[in-house]
Amino acid sequence: MSLTIPTDGAATEKNWLEKVGAGHIVLAVVLVLYPLVASDFFLTQIGGYSLIFGMLGLSLMLLAGYGGMVSLAQITVGGIAAYAIAILGNNNSNVLGFGWPWWLAVPFAILAAALASALIGWISVRTEGIYTIMITLAIATATYYFAQQNYAIFNGHSGYAGIRAPAFWGVSWRDPKPFYYLCLGLAVLSYAAVLYGSRSTFGMTLQAIRDNPRRMRALGYHVTAHKVFAWLLAGLIAGLAGVLLVWFNGRVSPGTIGVDAAIDVLIIAVIGGLRHPIGPFLGALVVVLMQTFAIDIVGAERFNTLIGLVFLVIVFVSPDGILGLWGRIKPHLAQESLRSGP
Amino acid sequence: MRMHRRTLLALAVFTGLTAPSMALAADDTIKIGLLATFEGPFTVLGEDGERGAMTAVNEMNGTVAGKKVEIVKGSSDASPDSAVRAARKLVEQDGVKVLVGPLSGDEGIAVKDYAKTQPNVTFINGTSAAQDTTLRNPAENFFRFSTDGAQWMAGLGTYAFNDKGYKKVATVAEDYSFPYTQVFGFMAEFCKAGGHVPSKSWVPIGNKDFSSVIAAIPEGVDAIYVALGGADAVNFLTQYQQSGGTAPLIGGSITVDQTVLTSKGKLRDVLKGTPSAGPTADTNDAPAWKAFVDAYKKQPGAFPSPSLFAHGYYVDMKATLLALDKVGGDVSDGGAKLRDALSKLSFDTPTGKVSLDKNRNAIADIYLTEVTEGSDGNLLNKLVKVVPQVNQTLGIPEDEFMKLGAVSRDNPSCP
Repeated sequence: MSLTIPTDGAATEKNWLEKVGAGHIVLAVVLVLYPLVASDFFLTQIGGYSLIFGMLGLSLMLLAGYGGMVSLAQITVGGIAAYAIAILGNNNSNVLGFGWPWWLAVPFAILAAALASALIGWISVRTEGIYTIMITLAIATATYYFAQQNYAIFNGHSGYAGIRAPAFWGVSWRDPKPFYYLCLGLAVLSYAAVLYGSRSTFGMTLQAIRDNPRRMRALGYHVTAHKVFAWLLAGLIAGLAGVLLVWFNGRVSPGTIGVDAAIDVLIIAVIGGLRHPIGPFLGALVVVLMQTFAIDIVGAERFNTLIGLVFLVIVFVSPDGILGLWGRIKPHLAQESLRSGP
Repeated sequence: MRMHRRTLLALAVFTGLTAPSMALAADDTIKIGLLATFEGPFTVLGEDGERGAMTAVNEMNGTVAGKKVEIVKGSSDASPDSAVRAARKLVEQDGVKVLVGPLSGDEGIAVKDYAKTQPNVTFINGTSAAQDTTLRNPAENFFRFSTDGAQWMAGLGTYAFNDKGYKKVATVAEDYSFPYTQVFGFMAEFCKAGGHVPSKSWVPIGNKDFSSVIAAIPEGVDAIYVALGGADAVNFLTQYQQSGGTAPLIGGSITVDQTVLTSKGKLRDVLKGTPSAGPTADTNDAPAWKAFVDAYKKQPGAFPSPSLFAHGYYVDMKATLLALDKVGGDVSDGGAKLRDALSKLSFDTPTGKVSLDKNRNAIADIYLTEVTEGSDGNLLNKLVKVVPQVNQTLGIPEDEFMKLGAVSRDNPSCP
């Protein structure tokens, strides 16, 4: 499957079709045609929601996969963008709400999220491994409790409600089909940016820093600056997802950025696989489907047990998540086709 | 070969993403969505709510107008986001035309807002009791046959001032819309009677350390009004007692329920004599209530006495079924007939007559209670008096009541 990273070298001689890869084209066609067969519920509550959480997972994948920094604060970064939209734009909670138009509020919200992400990165890059997880968890928890108890900015426990997605070009962007395509477009943009970035000079340097920071430092690279810049980029993606999330829910409250949600993002990235940017999207799809439909399978009392068991099985069978699972099946399929072939 | 793999991927993506389950109810069944907290901190309460709802369904033998009732459950974790997600799934995926729920205050406001976008679906409350779910900016298709948190306090403020003789009371309550509503209901009467509330403390749900709250309670208050639920109430009361506090207590509706009263230790002595008010009373000997308790106890895992969550879900589910019965189970007109029947519905519950006002909020009896020791040594809420037919404006003319303003941390105020 050409979803794996194509090897470089001969890239210049390929035409654009080969560069994009057949797998991507098939996937794109499927996703673009998806609204033809899906109900409104499957479009937004499953499709749109999976893409949003896939983007949050992608921002974590960028940090963890290429930078070796596992963060639990990605939902916090997304939440900052979501709160910024509520505060800068319109809400019906009678607190703040400056009424900025969307084209002004959105860039500011994403910028605020990216700067917050860079700040979190700047604090946490001096730690490694489990300590990065701990410090980002601490930041996520502290932000949650601060939002819960601050009334001047975050409006406390009830947060902000009545936030509307904009309507422009004659399209109301919260309607099922436009919203799905909006999510899809931005997810593809983020995905392509991460894929491109991973092969850029910066991406290569980041991966080298992940593998051996001491050597990179000895070679004269500014390790901290590279890591903080990665946080900034991850913050852009998480911020974008946060904007979509607040338009999706129409509201934002501390529950949106709670520890449960932070762990959900980590689960999505781990379930999907951290080795390729497509992983978090696969993970998000599995997690959202499970969280939505597990209650129909085993009833209201034990559905969280089922969700946990499925995740456990995935990680148990393949430590690399769903991507790793694919990597294992692939050789078998190849073998089979050889056997059945001429 | 490449085709093979591509087909596989496409197949996987399609089956995962679409599966268009056009789950249309068959003609001989009626689907009712049941939204409650089956996860998170209020799980125990949500499960008791379900027991109440199922008691109502069983009373009708699981059928209404000759059609079988099918209950589809949705779960939230008490956050507004999760409540709306669960409601969306029930309405947009499972195709329910009638939905009963949710359980807690902020969820109710969020589901009410969602109801406005689904005019063809009829929403009936579970036990959510924030005032503004129905009082301000209500939804045409959201009905509440259980009363709100301010109504539950009817009679308590006057009783505390006149009978107990408390002139100065401090309040300690959780920091979200339902306790705001409860404090509002208590203070509306207490302040009017001439009482003063010099300090109000708001604590986050799940707070463990109350030392700063206890330190902030002014010297010389006659009593403390406590509107905390479950573990929060136990933690606060224990720490207050350990710090040497002696002021008597006044309880919110969920403060002195069975989860707190069954706690062990010296706390029992503090709790005795605590007045409270709510939609139910443990020692109610009305035959209708006793029959309800017996029916409720047949549910698996039932408590010795139904909680107000079981009661609220029972009343709302019962109203739903009665109205459905009236229209012959017909919701094919987008539920217009059903909503008409619901707004005209008036029926006898285990706790007296219930009818709706113009905002589709219940007018019902409220019970003033006091904690006493039962003959078997267990603490229970003894019925002191019934406040008949309390409406949402607490008997105050509506325009005057609206002038009191929306409930919040700072409103009302009488220091």
